[in-house]
Amino acid sequence: MSDITANLAYESHSIAHHGPRLRIREKIALTAMALGSMFLALSLIAVNAGTSEMIKSLWFNFSWILAIGGGGYFALSKHLMDRPGVRNQGKTTDSLTSRGAWGWMIGIVFTSFYICLYWFPGQLEGLVRIHDPFSLFMRGRAADEWFVYGTIYTILTLLMGAKAIAKYRHNRYQIIRTSVIMIVQLSFSYLFPVLAAKFSQPEIYFSYLWPLAYDKLFPGSIDHFLHSGAIGYFIIGWFVIGTFVATPVLTYYFGKRWYCSWVCGCGGLANTMGDSWRQVSDKSLKSWKIERWTIHTVLAFIVILTLILWFEPYLPVLFKEIAFQMRKFYAFVIGAAFSGVIGVGFYPLMGTRVWCRFGCPMAAVLGLLQRFNSRFRITTNGAQCISCGNCSKYCEMGIDVRHYAQRGQNIIRASCVGCGICATVCPRGVLSLENGPQENRYNQEQGLSLLGKMKSK
Amino acid sequence: MSNRHIVVLGNGITGITAARTLRKRSNHRITVVSGETDHHFSRTALMYIFMGDMRYEDTKPYPDDFWPKNRIELKRGWVQSINTQQKQLLFKNQESLSYDTLILATGSKPNRFAWPGEELEGVQGLYSYQDLEMMERNVKGAKRAVLVGGGLIGVEVAEMLLSRGVQVTFLVREKTFWGSVLPKEESAMINREIRAHGVDLRLETGLQEILANTAGGVRAVRTLTGEEIPCEMVFLTAGVSPQIEMVKDSGIDCDRGILVDRFLRTSAPDVWAGGDCAQHREVPEGRRPVEQVWYTGKIQGERMAANICGDHSEYDPGIWFNSAKFFDIEYQTYGLVMPKLKQGEKTFYWEHPEGNKSIRINFEESSGAVLGMNVFGIRHRHALWEKWILEKTSIQEVLSHLGAANFDPEFYKQYESEIIHAFNLHYPNQSVELKTKKGLFSKFLEEFFK
Repeated sequence: MSDITANLAYESHSIAHHGPRLRIREKIALTAMALGSMFLALSLIAVNAGTSEMIKSLWFNFSWILAIGGGGYFALSKHLMDRPGVRNQGKTTDSLTSRGAWGWMIGIVFTSFYICLYWFPGQLEGLVRIHDPFSLFMRGRAADEWFVYGTIYTILTLLMGAKAIAKYRHNRYQIIRTSVIMIVQLSFSYLFPVLAAKFSQPEIYFSYLWPLAYDKLFPGSIDHFLHSGAIGYFIIGWFVIGTFVATPVLTYYFGKRWYCSWVCGCGGLANTMGDSWRQVSDKSLKSWKIERWTIHTVLAFIVILTLILWFEPYLPVLFKEIAFQMRKFYAFVIGAAFSGVIGVGFYPLMGTRVWCRFGCPMAAVLGLLQRFNSRFRITTNGAQCISCGNCSKYCEMGIDVRHYAQRGQNIIRASCVGCGICATVCPRGVLSLENGPQENRYNQEQGLSLLGKMKSK
Repeated sequence: MSNRHIVVLGNGITGITAARTLRKRSNHRITVVSGETDHHFSRTALMYIFMGDMRYEDTKPYPDDFWPKNRIELKRGWVQSINTQQKQLLFKNQESLSYDTLILATGSKPNRFAWPGEELEGVQGLYSYQDLEMMERNVKGAKRAVLVGGGLIGVEVAEMLLSRGVQVTFLVREKTFWGSVLPKEESAMINREIRAHGVDLRLETGLQEILANTAGGVRAVRTLTGEEIPCEMVFLTAGVSPQIEMVKDSGIDCDRGILVDRFLRTSAPDVWAGGDCAQHREVPEGRRPVEQVWYTGKIQGERMAANICGDHSEYDPGIWFNSAKFFDIEYQTYGLVMPKLKQGEKTFYWEHPEGNKSIRINFEESSGAVLGMNVFGIRHRHALWEKWILEKTSIQEVLSHLGAANFDPEFYKQYESEIIHAFNLHYPNQSVELKTKKGLFSKFLEEFFK
């Protein structure tokens, strides 16, 4: 028996247009953005080390002003011309957001960029060179691919963060949360390291803790910081306290969201630039099973590697080689291929949190804490759920939220990053992110007359 | 208990809840029959498929492998008639299916009132998956649609059509939208919300006739005031009634719906009925004989299954509650709030100056016991309100702990002090002080959830 969807044309109704029509202003802005992006791409072949500073500077300013100005105007206007409220119309019919041709194309562009960045940085030479004047100004030295990457990353987080705020402006949790991730990205993950470079201090990304920044607690790094004077001690203190004190304490009170949805740059990019693709994440039971294996394997790997490195002096010589190979393997397979190429490159194809969900060891630690020792839960409001499926559809972590909501159960899942979108899109006011007593966290409302009857035993 | 074959007719929320409950509690063979779709989907999410928020697959509350895993057989087909003597279902394609026990959960169909022209192409209701497919065909090239009848489905259809750039004229016979359910302040708020989204809302008028074009489609409608409105689509959204075509000639007692007793048994042996299609012979207090609500379907499905498995309990819907969304304004209600106050009843109403949030609490004049509440644009905690209403808590006590009932997301502006201030101005002799603010850290909620 073939399923009913086979004979349906919902995937490609040509007359469909969702939300308000684009005005001439939006069309001009869109064109400007396309032109700016094209010039950024064009620099890859047209600019080289011999290009004059003047041309580089012009190229940089021209393309970024068009891309940011056009993109920013378009993205904001598209949402602001509509009334505030939940607006996901067309997400499953537009090619860009439903794994159509546009989605694949953007996926290929992202993926190619990451492949070049990690393994063929020479291919990015032209793009890097147009950032030279800006890099000189910011940090007193010529640009490299990582400076360019940081710059693009930050611009996208800010630009698309503004878009996310416009889109969710009816929801103060989303406004405040998005503002915070934008500020953290701009300061901790961009300006601080850039300025540190300018003043010849260690370039530290304070917002990435061990085990996500897996080498932060390696003996080599600690040793290096110990020789960096007072600031080195501060850095060691920051990361040791961050991992072993702040992480369990904050997760106990607020759940893993304090990090994944408020601080982390990976989550930041996912919830700003990636927001349009959150719904393509896989919700099946099978992917949940896979995710638990992969994420905990990565965590085990990084813990073992860290331990070997610390105990190396007391271990047979063989372990030196093992640790070396493990490090090499981790940097290539996990650090680059997984977190970068697949993690961001596959946004339009697998959703925005592929890395956070299947790979990130920090998310694994936070998840275990959230699952077993936290006051956080998503509360299901009595028996109001109508099983519509918006919560599951728009969960970027692929949690089948509805499974719990329609049974009247609270949602406590290791993977939940507490972005709050399930509660935002729920049309019946059923879900709420709450911190409260751990007793009866899973099902605090049992025993009431009607609700007791409604809960599945 | 011997193994029987239990056939459930209808894979909506009632039928599926019955089937799931039966599976949890018994080893019977279970078959769910539906002509509409292969799998259970959430009818309430039809609008989201049309607007492109979700695909049909996303509206299925259980994955497809759930059914074989739980040994629930699914049979696709339209039932023509039921033979209660031979205990057999006869399908339109001449197939048949035998049962030992039958659960009827056939749902509803849109109301029609024999309007001239209602059979034309382009005239439809919205209830089933087939209606959605028809809507998808009819919307092609449509510029304006006329909606006839003001209710929850009408608002959803309006939102759906606007998302595709179709202009909407909404004909409502009452003085104000959903005036038979909402008090006038709340209804006025929804009138404003509907209009703010660009809907041409016409109150106190209705459909006279639908006018045809030369191709047998819709050209225009004529309203009761004689006005002609050109349009390509007409939606009949004046409520729904039980879908009982296949039951009528089976000898099972029917009125508007399939008549059931308090245990949800029909007049035929081993035949039960629940959900939208059932009409209660003895109506629970404060309820209607036919109640087309998601959660009552769920409770009835569960009750039928439990009774089939040997329980002997009456259907008890508990304290009334419901929710809806009117464009961007969410609505929740707990307990009973009628459009007009009953004898001995008092009301307290607060509305935000911007006119898109409100709360109303009705209470007994003599004791102050809360009877029901409406809330718009703010979310409230179901469990707590149920307790307050069941325990006849006084309005003063409720208001002083109102923050505990607040279910809005974090960082949202809280209006409890404004609400209480308004109450104190209105009832200076019974003035109240806010003791519990929002949040699970409150002692009050901690006690409640213990």
